Amino acid sequence: MTAGELHEVAPKPASAVPAQPSVAYEVAGLTKVYRAKSGDVPASAGIDLTIRAGEVFGLLGPNGAGKTTLVRQLIGLLRPDAGSIKLFGQDVVAHPRVVPDFVAYLPQDDAALADLTPSSALETTARLRGLSKAAARATRDELVEELALAPFARRPIGKLSGGQRRLASFGATLAGDRPVLVLDEPTTGLDPNARRAVWSALERRRLANGVTVVLVTHNVLEAETVLDRVAILDRGRVIASDTPGRLKALVDRDVRLELAWRDEPPADDPLVSTLRAKAIQRGRRWSVRLDADHARAALGQLTGGPLFEALDDFTLTTPSLEDVYLALGGSSDELERT
Amino acid sequence: MTGARPSFAAAFGAVFTGQLARARAGAIPIFMAATVQSVGLVVLLKGLVDTSSDVTEQSVVAGSSVTVVSFVALNLLAQRFGALKASGALDYFGALPVSPAALITATAAAWASFTVPGSILVAVGGAAFYGLPMGAVWVIVPVVVLAGISLAGLGALLGLAAPRQEIATVAGQLGMAAVMFLGLVPAHRLPGVVQGVRAVVPSTYAVDAFAAALKSSPRWGTVGVDLGVCVGVCVLALAASAWAFRRAVTQR
Repeated sequence: MTAGELHEVAPKPASAVPAQPSVAYEVAGLTKVYRAKSGDVPASAGIDLTIRAGEVFGLLGPNGAGKTTLVRQLIGLLRPDAGSIKLFGQDVVAHPRVVPDFVAYLPQDDAALADLTPSSALETTARLRGLSKAAARATRDELVEELALAPFARRPIGKLSGGQRRLASFGATLAGDRPVLVLDEPTTGLDPNARRAVWSALERRRLANGVTVVLVTHNVLEAETVLDRVAILDRGRVIASDTPGRLKALVDRDVRLELAWRDEPPADDPLVSTLRAKAIQRGRRWSVRLDADHARAALGQLTGGPLFEALDDFTLTTPSLEDVYLALGGSSDELERT
Repeated sequence: MTGARPSFAAAFGAVFTGQLARARAGAIPIFMAATVQSVGLVVLLKGLVDTSSDVTEQSVVAGSSVTVVSFVALNLLAQRFGALKASGALDYFGALPVSPAALITATAAAWASFTVPGSILVAVGGAAFYGLPMGAVWVIVPVVVLAGISLAGLGALLGLAAPRQEIATVAGQLGMAAVMFLGLVPAHRLPGVVQGVRAVVPSTYAVDAFAAALKSSPRWGTVGVDLGVCVGVCVLALAASAWAFRRAVTQR
């Protein structure tokens, strides 16, 4: 719709416009500390977030960054030590039991459904979200069709492959049509077809009903392709929150040089020493973030001189959200890029 | 756009049906393990008990029947909830608009129902084996239902309250051993301290109700009072495990 068309639409009387809140979650100063024998571990260290209604919002961070702790507070299963969480304006900290009326949650572990078949898991979950028997059965049939669960819909979930289990649990999250879906690593173990089925199902609900999706991931590629906005978490803090494009613009002068050495590179070479100091090393694979000019120069030296003999492979890539994470002080090298 | 909530009855029905899938998945092993053990007790103790005392024979049959219930409802359910808690899988239930009371009651009822075939088999078979009067053997039905729900409530409580999965497993097994020992041995043969323990173990009242029904002239007053105590224990056990469920989900 262009601006011109917009003016031609007659405004509806205010009373006929349903209250469509623009913000789903408003989080301020959220703090949660786990007491351990070795000392206090801050799992949420003063988190501020706004998640708009109808967007796909991501929480990206390495394992242990506090993503699941944050999510469990968002869905009212964990009480914060301090701070506030508002869900469509309602106080989640004071009234955690209102959350299931609005939010469907996909936990990381699906053992609760292991004895059920996907078919009965969908129907049972729909019933537990308040649907009548007939409506729950209709929902079951629609979801089996939509997510292509039919080939394994009547086998116990515990006996299915990891990907099939995940897809069935994802289906159960969709049952009962909640306006907010909180998904903790929904695509773990899924093959590319199943991943596409998941993203299409989410997109359909967003377009038709304006469903809000809060997605936990440690996969950078997933974050860059499906998220409207992303908060990057590290050690319980939000170190950045914006669209993936704007976040990447923070590091757009940089490129990433990936090197795979055939043998141990010569330790006395000055270029090798410089790169080694900056590299994240996984065995003989080095990953170095450099500004574009330095990267070009380094690559020239590497490919034009004697070091080329020791080099097995190299790639030069544009920056990713992982580079944003590292540039902003992220401390882990556990983010996935597949 | 707010989602709906199920009524207590609808939530109970959905959870109960869902839990029955557990029975379908492991029906034969559960039935065999729970029942064979008690059949073994009935047969083995025939050679050991003082057959001149019908008090002892009734204790063996009643205690063995309730042991079937405790194996499944107390022991296996404690293990099940211990495992669900340890893996974080309780979050699935915690995030649904269902009251913990509906969830726990339906789970306990479903697991109690798993024990019905085995307990009835042991009760009827045991009474026949010892030549006890069969006129009031039907009392096993309310006994199994009430013992099943109360022991399942306690099993859920043990599994949910135990700090670690291994502790839940051991607690479930110790609980079952206590039910077996205190049920099989007639109260008057136990030392004073153990009699005190017997008086506070909920399965005692289920065992006593069934033993009183197996007498040549059943003592209906005792049956009624003991079953009444069982109802009270059910309510307490379910309330405690519903509280433990909420706590297990929110304090992880």
